[in-house]
Amino acid sequence: MRDPLSKVIKTIQPSGIRKFFDIVSEMPDAISLGVGEPDFDTPWNIRDEGIHSLEMGKTFYTSNAGLKELKIEIGRFLERRYQLQYDYDKEILVTVGGSEAIDIAMRSMLDPGDEVLIPQPSYVSYVPCAILANGKPIMIELKAENEFRLTAGQLEAAITPRTKLLVLPYPNNPTGAVMEKKDLEAVAEIVRKYDLFVLSDEIYSELTYLEHHTSIASLPGMRERTIVINGFSKAHAMTGWRLGYACGPEAIINQMTKIHQFAIMCAPTTSQYAAVVAMRDCDKDVASMRAEYNVRRKYLLHRFREMGLDCFEPFGAFYVFPCIREFGMTSDEFATDLLKAKKVAVVPGTAFGESGEGFIRISYAYSLDALRVALSRIEEYITQLRNSG
Amino acid sequence: MREKILTFIEKNSRIDLKELAIILGVDEAAVMNELEAMEEEHIICGYPTLIDWDKAGIEKVTALIEVRVTPQRDMGFDKVAEHIYRYPEVNSVYLISGGFDFMVTIEGKTLREVSQFVSDKLSTVDTVLSTKTNFILKKYKDHGTVMAAPVKDERIMMA
Repeated sequence: MRDPLSKVIKTIQPSGIRKFFDIVSEMPDAISLGVGEPDFDTPWNIRDEGIHSLEMGKTFYTSNAGLKELKIEIGRFLERRYQLQYDYDKEILVTVGGSEAIDIAMRSMLDPGDEVLIPQPSYVSYVPCAILANGKPIMIELKAENEFRLTAGQLEAAITPRTKLLVLPYPNNPTGAVMEKKDLEAVAEIVRKYDLFVLSDEIYSELTYLEHHTSIASLPGMRERTIVINGFSKAHAMTGWRLGYACGPEAIINQMTKIHQFAIMCAPTTSQYAAVVAMRDCDKDVASMRAEYNVRRKYLLHRFREMGLDCFEPFGAFYVFPCIREFGMTSDEFATDLLKAKKVAVVPGTAFGESGEGFIRISYAYSLDALRVALSRIEEYITQLRNSG
Repeated sequence: MREKILTFIEKNSRIDLKELAIILGVDEAAVMNELEAMEEEHIICGYPTLIDWDKAGIEKVTALIEVRVTPQRDMGFDKVAEHIYRYPEVNSVYLISGGFDFMVTIEGKTLREVSQFVSDKLSTVDTVLSTKTNFILKKYKDHGTVMAAPVKDERIMMA
């Protein structure tokens, strides 16, 4: 029998997180600091609206591009929060999570051989999606001394005549890094100069703790060359509802909608109805979750300082990315050993790219009580290492 | 800052002062001073502990009693409330809107003890017109804390 699999699919590496997940699952009493989703329940009024829509029998397909009411509210939300203006009718597409949006954006924009610049460490999906879309991923190694922000210099150095798309994932998973307006302006200048396009993954945009988030699409000359990706998973704690959206110039959104039409039909209807409430009525709920994350963030950083663990201050998402080089182990070794010794699971930085070597990702989507316990175990562990080393 | 401190210690009166200071982004002395000031001003009135007596295997019965009174001339409700709350068995006295005037909670060792208190001490007060006693059968959530089985974290552990 022939090989049923495509050549391309076999070249794609399985997720680095997966291996760890399997080990951690074998230890039911391990404290995992590896989750990638909020610990909050979806705000009740959102759930209520979802339930209500089911009671009312709203179980049919919506328009391909999404419920009109939802797109209008998304437009209003983006204007209200980030001064972005998008025509709800032509420039917004409701997708199955930010994940689908990333995938179909690349499939709409890449020809074989087109290069996609992917700053790393970053979320595991960009490279596989680029490959599946026939693009060629080119990694840019972000540096701790730049607080893992993308610099104009790094960007320019990676550009070749085949470069087409830059993925800009900020606020960032796994580092928690943000790009302030001045950082984005520097990048935008290079993007405009070389006539590139930007895929701006802003899924953590509501979770920033320094400046209010700026979208690169709001800068001059960028709107026409940026696809903004956002959603409800992280800000509104709606991960399981599978809902996100993409905004951009009509020409691109049109083609993305075409793929979406064929592959998905429409995003889940119940989720869309619920999300109308999320966009319209939940700024306060998001603000209170953000405040709670910030409390935990400050607590974590303070404890790291006390332990003498090297970590830059992250101002976005719900992750910290401390450096563990001083212990002379690889990220993998450190994470495995910590798990064995103290039953605390963290994600090795290498799960997010080679440039994550020497780092670990710790999520603070946990209660203070849980963090307190986990951190004291980590402290014990590194004290032991230092004493024996 | 006061509101922030109060919000934290309402749920967790034993929070480490140092930790609270970190969370609020101020120094420990400032937090301590605020706490002392609020205690003086009786904004913070006490630090009781939330206990699940059932789990401790110690018998306790709590009753919620609706009390209807005729407020005395020149006395209003305050004097009646005082008369009731002076009893140590009385845990709380609230003046409420609706059909009854006061909501009183009483704690005792047995049902009988509580009922006896109501009939001997509470109903006999001059101004008390009628009482309606409700016994708490099970506490699911108290003072913002879920007393039932702890909620399990169902999220995917690594993602």
